[in-house]
Amino acid sequence: MSTRLKTAGRFTDGGAQLSFDFNGKKLKGVEGDTLASALLANDQMMVGRSFKYHRPRGIVASGGEEPNALFNMGYTNTFEPNQRATTTELFDGAKIGSQNHWPTLEFDVGALNTYISRFLPAGFYYKMFMYPRAFWKHVYEPFIRQSAGLGKAPRAEDRDPDTYEHFYFFADVMVVGGGIAGLQAAKAAALTGVKVLLVEQTAHWGGRAPVDGGEVDGLPADKYVDNLVAELSAMENVTMRTRLMGAGVYDHGYTLGYERLTDHAPDIVGPRHRLWRIRAGHIVTATGAIERPISFASNDIPGVMLASAVRDYAVNFGVSVGDRTVVVTNNDDAYRTAITLKGLGLDVPCIIDARAGGAGALAEEAKALGIRVENGKAISKVKGGKRVTGIVLCAQAGEGGVLEEIECDVVAMSGGWSPVVHLWSHCGGKLIWDDPQSHFRPDSERPPLGAKGEGFVSVAGSANGHLQLAELIGDAHGAGLDAGKATGGKPAKAAIPEGAPTSEHPVEPVWLMPQGAGIKLLSKAWLDYQNDVKVSDVQLAAQEGFESVEHAKRYTTLGMATDQGKLSNINGLAILSDALGQPIPQTGTTTFRPPYTPISMGAIGGEAKGKVFQPLRKTPLYEWSDNNGADWEPVGAWRRPFAYLQPGESVHDAVNREVKNTRENLGLLDASTLGKLVVKGPDAGKFLDMLYTNMMSTLKVGKCRYGLMCSENGFLIDDGVVARVDDETFLCHTTTGGAETIHGHMEEWLQTEWWDWNVYVANVTEQYAQIAVVGPNARKVLEKLGGMDVSKDALGFMEWADGTIGGFDARVYRISFSGELSYEIAVSAAQGLAFWEALHTAGEEFGAMPYGTETLHILRAEKGFIMIGDETDGTVIPQDLNLQWALSKKKEDYLGKRAHQRSHMADPERWKLVGLETVDKSVLPDGAYAVDEGVNANGQRNMFGRVTSTYYSANLERGIAMGLVKNGPDRMGEVIDFPKTDGTIIKAKIVNPVIYDKDGEKQNV
Amino acid sequence: MFEAVSALQGASFNAGIAEVRELGLRGMITLRGDLTDKKLIKAVKGIAGRIPEPRTVALKDDDGAAWMSPDELLLMVPHADVLSTIETLNASLKGTHFLAANVSDARAVFEVFGPHAREVMAKLAPVDFSPDAFKMGMFRRSRLAQVPAAFWMNEEDAFTVVCFRSVAEYMFDLLSIAAQAGSEVDAL
Repeated sequence: MSTRLKTAGRFTDGGAQLSFDFNGKKLKGVEGDTLASALLANDQMMVGRSFKYHRPRGIVASGGEEPNALFNMGYTNTFEPNQRATTTELFDGAKIGSQNHWPTLEFDVGALNTYISRFLPAGFYYKMFMYPRAFWKHVYEPFIRQSAGLGKAPRAEDRDPDTYEHFYFFADVMVVGGGIAGLQAAKAAALTGVKVLLVEQTAHWGGRAPVDGGEVDGLPADKYVDNLVAELSAMENVTMRTRLMGAGVYDHGYTLGYERLTDHAPDIVGPRHRLWRIRAGHIVTATGAIERPISFASNDIPGVMLASAVRDYAVNFGVSVGDRTVVVTNNDDAYRTAITLKGLGLDVPCIIDARAGGAGALAEEAKALGIRVENGKAISKVKGGKRVTGIVLCAQAGEGGVLEEIECDVVAMSGGWSPVVHLWSHCGGKLIWDDPQSHFRPDSERPPLGAKGEGFVSVAGSANGHLQLAELIGDAHGAGLDAGKATGGKPAKAAIPEGAPTSEHPVEPVWLMPQGAGIKLLSKAWLDYQNDVKVSDVQLAAQEGFESVEHAKRYTTLGMATDQGKLSNINGLAILSDALGQPIPQTGTTTFRPPYTPISMGAIGGEAKGKVFQPLRKTPLYEWSDNNGADWEPVGAWRRPFAYLQPGESVHDAVNREVKNTRENLGLLDASTLGKLVVKGPDAGKFLDMLYTNMMSTLKVGKCRYGLMCSENGFLIDDGVVARVDDETFLCHTTTGGAETIHGHMEEWLQTEWWDWNVYVANVTEQYAQIAVVGPNARKVLEKLGGMDVSKDALGFMEWADGTIGGFDARVYRISFSGELSYEIAVSAAQGLAFWEALHTAGEEFGAMPYGTETLHILRAEKGFIMIGDETDGTVIPQDLNLQWALSKKKEDYLGKRAHQRSHMADPERWKLVGLETVDKSVLPDGAYAVDEGVNANGQRNMFGRVTSTYYSANLERGIAMGLVKNGPDRMGEVIDFPKTDGTIIKAKIVNPVIYDKDGEKQNV
Repeated sequence: MFEAVSALQGASFNAGIAEVRELGLRGMITLRGDLTDKKLIKAVKGIAGRIPEPRTVALKDDDGAAWMSPDELLLMVPHADVLSTIETLNASLKGTHFLAANVSDARAVFEVFGPHAREVMAKLAPVDFSPDAFKMGMFRRSRLAQVPAAFWMNEEDAFTVVCFRSVAEYMFDLLSIAAQAGSEVDAL
């Protein structure tokens, strides 16, 4: 059984007792534990069920590569699935639950899948669910959705109470990985004087070295690490962070770091995770290496673990995984596990070394401790169900014939070590196959390249394939020094550290154990624990023609789980290579993509949640409107009142009241969001003539003109009123959504095409609160406020003037988007609210009421005025909207002119704007299509028109609409059909779009 | 004359690792023109003492000039003096090609101050705020989270942040959240 040892672990020494909840059971742990070590200390060997066959699974590893120990964590609004036990620090009161089983972990109905496993081979889904076609939607997909996924999704109604944030950081050299190599590299870089950031994903510095032992400069590895940490801490140019994982490397030295601030202690106040967005001049990856499992039969029974993990749990956490541990290996390193366990008084019945020649000095040490060593031997299969009970010994060279059975409760396996090359590879670093060490390692000749063609990532230590401390420490020192020099550091005189040499025998590749294992053993030899992929699955994929490693991956799902195949990839592609009869480097690896291990969605979102999820733009009148019944409508990032509801009113009631009141009395509109661009310079007139389709250069000072803007492809992009301020200065109004884009449009033409024209543009949209004063009483209220002459003679239609109104400095435009007598008055934004309130007070006797965007729309639609975004959708040209009058014939050129001459644009059959009057006075649905007889080539009903704007008009007491109809203007009086989605049809008569005050007498009084 | 009010009327936050407050209205003028033109240089010197170098701000008492682009400065004067300053500019730059626009009320201005002010800024803007990199007199026209913003240090560990008036509330919330208690980074 697994249990807590008498000897304290490095991390748990002196730690306080903690309690936590696992599947409803109260368990005890120690401060410093991970969830994994705490579970093992409580003899919880089985931690979950596998994805496909629901086989019992136990903890395999001790770090980020763990495939099995994934848990549901927290509850209600802090619930999160797939939390990795080996990288989750234990805290008091933690609540975790195992995943992927029903009804319980111990008894799982899904485990029946294992009995039908030979009917669920690789590619099963692809083969099975092809036919019959109709079954996919109604049978297969619902079934797959039921069984898909490991953890449960959080409930939709829950809201994460935690906060997250981003942090921008800049360093000359960033070192990823705080093991002995990372520490050494960081020190070497820092000695050159550059700014260094060193990050470590766990809570501890030193990585494996303190567990594995060895000597550097005559000091034991752990002591040497302590010294490095102390030296680095004292250096002002070094920033050190634990619990911060280098998640991804991107172009130009951009690196993401994932810092977990409160996961280990949820009571700490402050953000939970912080995403570091780092710009590094150079990145050194000292990310270490990951031990590989060995593929033998039933290598997934709980109790089969990586040899290094067994050692970690003993040394770091004071936890023994079992009483009797069989070590199986193809390299010398695993002997350290046997020696460590023996030293703690635990039993090691046998070290099974697949190499005929066995190990070097470590073998002698093991033998001296009385450990039996079997060279050239293998595990034929593991015995046990929910935990290991023993192994069957066989010859590695054979087919698995039984030599002996050995009782044990732990199998510590080591199939060699693979450098963690992920961060090196994210941005294009290439790998080479190191045959003597049987692994891929970074090819220093082909690093990821920066903007100047220089390598901007280098690699240090075991991540670079240097698995021996003696080589590793010098390599790391050199990598750090080079990185410092590459980023402008001064070469520093520092002694190269020297590690004590060891005599280890080389690893021998063992991709299958035993070498000649038959199908019965192969189909129980797991490669990918998390996605339940076996050796036989990969062989089948190769047999069925999936030769590319990327194809085989997707066909078998090898390496596609949340661990991204950290344990399985190399073993899998070795099996694939063997099946294809080609060397491993020819098969290659799959693509390494960030993040290295999953990071939280919260960290990615950063502060952007709740009230700062998205910026809301508010006019100076926002608060007043909010206090006065505004029903808000999003208009880009702005919020504008759709209507102002009075007590007891529905939105529809309010709109109808506003429409009538504005036509009959006085309406006030917050038009502040309209874009206002000042265009100034000797060439301003020439410039505007190019931008607008009509002539602007001839506009007189003091006058206004409505203009259209087209893109160079001829499509309408904006419209608005232009006022000439003085000889060189124009003020261009744009649509609300166009303020920034048209400003950018102008700048682009000025900067890229007409750079020699003397024109400056400034966006002054937000400088002003602009209020439309609309209705028959508009002049009365302004005259009551007094200060300037707003009579017809002094300020005619389409004129503007500066002056004061009621004591406010104002610019008054006599323009109308409603067909009523109307003034748009701009005052400074800081006085906007005061002016708005003054208008309401003075206007009370004239029936002043605010109105919202819906009323604005209805009033303009009654007048047949087009709205950018309703009548236009990016495919509409001015001619479609009968706006030929605004296309200057005098101008030699303007944006869109040439495009309008293209055959399709000049086609007389284009759909054109008309008014639509429903026969039954109902309101047409927005976007409804007018249908013709017959169907098109795609079997769709033929169409010849569509509704672009549709409203209920309280003034006319019926639905009004505009639409684009083929040959529309020639079909006045014709009644056409608009089918609704409910199958009924609305009949509408084609009419003139100008329904209200056709001669414009009301606005011109 | 009616009282002009800033967007948030002096809102403040001081329950975190740095203090945040909205400063009142400030006179601001967008000046576009040839920054090497003698008349323009003279006019700007009259306000800020000198023409700011690229990515810097020239400050003189309450007045200043910030470098916005190769042909644009942001002039800062007391709010009450904006119109007269523009008139002066119009007169002294007569005959040259330039544009001077009053943008005082199109802006909201905040101050973020305290020992952790640099960190608060570094959570929101993609700028190196370490003391070696971001110094007094420097000016950035960048973004804070999702909105455009310009900023500089008025004194050590006291940032002035300028954004559009319409997003003043977002900016205040954003700065307050970035300054939340317990969120010290201790890395700058």
